[in-house]
Amino acid sequence: MKPAPFGYADPTSLDEALTLLAEDGAKVLAGGQSLLPLLSMRLASPATLVDINRIPGLDSVAVSGAGVRVGALVRHADLLHHAEAARVQPLLARATANVAHPAIRNRGTTVGSIAHADPSGEMTSVLALTGGSVTVATPGGPQTVDWADFFVGPLETSVHGPAVVTEAFFPALPPRSGTAFEEVSRRKGDYAVCGAGVTVTLDEDSRVTAARAAYISVGLVPEVHDLTEAVAGRTVAEADWAAAGALARTLVDPDGDLHASADYRRLLVGVLTERTLARAAEEAASR
Amino acid sequence: MTDVSTERAITVTVNGVARGTTVPVRRLLSDALRHDLELTGTHVGCEHGVCGACTVLVDGTPVRSCLVLAVQVDGKAVTTVEGLARDDGRGGEILHPVQEAFRECHALQCGFCTPGFLMTMAAGLEARDASTDITEEEVDEIVGGNLCRCTGYANIKKACRHAAGLMKEAAR
Repeated sequence: MKPAPFGYADPTSLDEALTLLAEDGAKVLAGGQSLLPLLSMRLASPATLVDINRIPGLDSVAVSGAGVRVGALVRHADLLHHAEAARVQPLLARATANVAHPAIRNRGTTVGSIAHADPSGEMTSVLALTGGSVTVATPGGPQTVDWADFFVGPLETSVHGPAVVTEAFFPALPPRSGTAFEEVSRRKGDYAVCGAGVTVTLDEDSRVTAARAAYISVGLVPEVHDLTEAVAGRTVAEADWAAAGALARTLVDPDGDLHASADYRRLLVGVLTERTLARAAEEAASR
Repeated sequence: MTDVSTERAITVTVNGVARGTTVPVRRLLSDALRHDLELTGTHVGCEHGVCGACTVLVDGTPVRSCLVLAVQVDGKAVTTVEGLARDDGRGGEILHPVQEAFRECHALQCGFCTPGFLMTMAAGLEARDASTDITEEEVDEIVGGNLCRCTGYANIKKACRHAAGLMKEAAR
């Protein structure tokens, strides 16, 4: 269980990094909490690792009324404890609390986990649910890629050639809205068997105008499911969250694996949807 | 332009002492500590970040040393289990409260996972307000990332509560 030999470079500018990444078999190393296990198990053997940890300017969380910009070197733990970011978009802290364990969160980066595009990753689905985007540095200049155009398949994004994802942008939670996030895992901090993130928006009379969900470890790429029709126009007290859960079950297409059958995952989608929507609606009503 | 290296000379402050060594760039921090620096207190269990046995502090923060390359800690400070106890100034050592608590509560059997638990727990307890009583949720959060196959965790959690108590006493 040792990585195969590779070359290592730790450039101090994005331009240098992009030049190094133009070589065949070069791969970005940020937090390394997904990449290093892949190297040790020899599921990946890049020719060169381009470590971006010494590049200045990539480690900040910028919060504005529009949303939260998270730099490529911001660790999950930084985002989890960022009170201002949590105020503007509460899903960030709620989801990062479910990312592995403290020692992993201290090192792993939020943007790296998005670029890794693992369907069992929390932050890919949060990017989708919030309608976010990423900024990608390329030799031709920075590009902004909407979440829906970014995720192509498991561990696969639309970004090719020399590129570094430098930032993720999570739009702010709209007014009169609430969120919730919950996972079921075999052990605390393990990959989720199934997870759900939701947002609920109310009108001025506290009636539901929008209910949306994105799931973890369900499907090949993050997807946002609109569940509004099951609860639209109802007050928080009247809304039939179980009906929204039942609707969600018909919309998802989970796979079965060693840890859970497809049917069990679909069941969990229903249960987690009902629970999280009810909590998010309560929160929306109290904001 | 930054060179692509296959080997690097690094300097790391390990348990307060500056140590220099030359490592292949693919060397994991866990292996560099054990093989190059001969600090075998850090144990290597799963080697892919799941078990937590290899947890050390890098600049005071707990990380899995099997998920960090040795070259990445060049110029940084690493604390291993060998550096957890304090020098008492008379040639002996004063155990860290978590070490004291592990002994008191019989929180280890084979001892393989212990270094990782000690480092994770020491950092977790030092990061919290020592004047408050620790909650069960906090204990679970602190120990939840480390695996133990002997104890069933009951005594490890007990040690965590006991260490928090010792640190509360000390903070008065």
